[in-house]
Amino acid sequence: MFCDVCKSKEATVFLTQIIEGKMQKVNLCEGCSKEKGVNDPTGFALADLLLGLGAAQEIEKNPAGIRCPVCSFSQADFKKTGRLGCSTCYDTFAEGLSGMLKNMHRGFIHTGKVPARLAVSRLRNQELSKLREELDRAVAAEQFEEAAGLRDRIRHLENVADQQPGQEPPVNRIAELSEGESEPIVPKPRKQS
Amino acid sequence: MKLSRIIANTGEWLSGSGPHDQIVVSSRVRLARNLKGKPFPGWAKKAERVAVLEEIRSAVEGLPEMENSFSERLEDLSPLEKQVLMERHLISREHAARGAGSAVVMNPEQTLSFMINEEDHLRMQAIRAGLQLEEVYAMINRTDSELEETLDFAFHDELGYLTACPTNVGTGMRASAMMHLPGLVMSEQVNKIINSVNKIGLAVRGLHGEGTEAMGNLFQVSNQTTLGETEEEIIARLNRVIAQILEHEQNARQILLQQRAETLLDQIGRAYGILCHAHSITSKEALNLLSFIKMGGDLGLFPPKSRLQVDELFIETQPAHLQKGLHAAKMGAEERDSLRAALIRAKLKQMPEPEIGKIPTNGFGNASPATGEHP
Repeated sequence: MFCDVCKSKEATVFLTQIIEGKMQKVNLCEGCSKEKGVNDPTGFALADLLLGLGAAQEIEKNPAGIRCPVCSFSQADFKKTGRLGCSTCYDTFAEGLSGMLKNMHRGFIHTGKVPARLAVSRLRNQELSKLREELDRAVAAEQFEEAAGLRDRIRHLENVADQQPGQEPPVNRIAELSEGESEPIVPKPRKQS
Repeated sequence: MKLSRIIANTGEWLSGSGPHDQIVVSSRVRLARNLKGKPFPGWAKKAERVAVLEEIRSAVEGLPEMENSFSERLEDLSPLEKQVLMERHLISREHAARGAGSAVVMNPEQTLSFMINEEDHLRMQAIRAGLQLEEVYAMINRTDSELEETLDFAFHDELGYLTACPTNVGTGMRASAMMHLPGLVMSEQVNKIINSVNKIGLAVRGLHGEGTEAMGNLFQVSNQTTLGETEEEIIARLNRVIAQILEHEQNARQILLQQRAETLLDQIGRAYGILCHAHSITSKEALNLLSFIKMGGDLGLFPPKSRLQVDELFIETQPAHLQKGLHAAKMGAEERDSLRAALIRAKLKQMPEPEIGKIPTNGFGNASPATGEHP
């Protein structure tokens, strides 16, 4: 039997760990077991340390048989290689990956460099999701005036997003949006209890 | 430019100088990038890989800083040439193993190199002598910004730059310093240091990265995580740890000088003796002995001008470098060992014997190093 990490040397260390009722088995050669710090079983969690392997287990939480629509990569392929098929795989397997990324890294949101051409749209998307949250909160709190204002700001941003980058949206549309109160936000009828 | 012209010169990271370059041999930052909507190299069909290769290669060759660059498809390089590039840390071991559909581009100074279709579509690195991770990052960051004007990199609003392996997602950045730590090895503290560094999410690895042995007391310290921190934060964290290791190494050397000067001199003297007279030597033994000569140089036992000669031997005695000028069939291990010994003998002949009298005498107390008594 070959080592699960280097796949070239004979495995001599066999580990079994039960995490949340699921059994995980790993076979390692001596070199890889030392490198992964397996000689200290107390401070050892398979999912944390054996990144590639723990990863393969994590992604299995996805319903079986899903394939990436762009590159038709499957979870079985990930289990075999520890690598993804294409950039869209990060969306396809998002659910299984999120737990794994949390174990692997120091956070789960990228805070570093952004390509210049995406910087503007990324800021806008972040602003949009913030406004949508505020809108939900305003509606829940029945603050409809504020909600209408938020709704208009969201629409405005969405319209800008539809434009070609660098192009200003048509002026009349902005005017319509800022004045338009044609669609008042109606509170959902609440059940009397 | 031809590969032979490039490898005839020592790379800037070896011949140049930088802060703390006695202990920190080099600083390196690599960025992993992929093209949007294209399968990663490990999953792509050959035609897809070739198309990506052409697109990236022409963008890289068009960069102003890549004028007079060396650019070659891996299938057009011999196994020996690929290994030479690997021994110089210009391509990875994994990339050296690749063939059709992959390429390498580098500048004549060998400070910038680009691996096309390694594990990711593009891995670009900058490398300089000494400890200067910020400067090295600034260099590669500028190149990245220039490339993104023509190449559409895969980027996710939350996850950042998307990479074939989830361990690189986010910044796609691996920053590392190659450290020469004979003091910590001799005083048997190095494992303790490696373990504590690993615990705080940084990695210590051998000479050629993941899964390789630490030869010649050389260790690579690098960041393990790439998501959740900015590039600057990662480098600052790495710098703090490197500064600590640096201090530990300096202390270890000082303590060795004070308490075990005789052992230290013995090791350096023996290394010099063996290297001057050996007629067959493996690359591992050579690196381990050269490490003592290098430390001897740091302590002032050898003239400063011989430093580069010793540093070059670290690279020149590697298996592929030994054979690079020869067009004969690939040599066997025994032949290489005797060629290596001859090369080292020739170089060390130009170096004077270690000047034992020059060893710093502060801290020796009453015990004279000549009598061999330890305090």
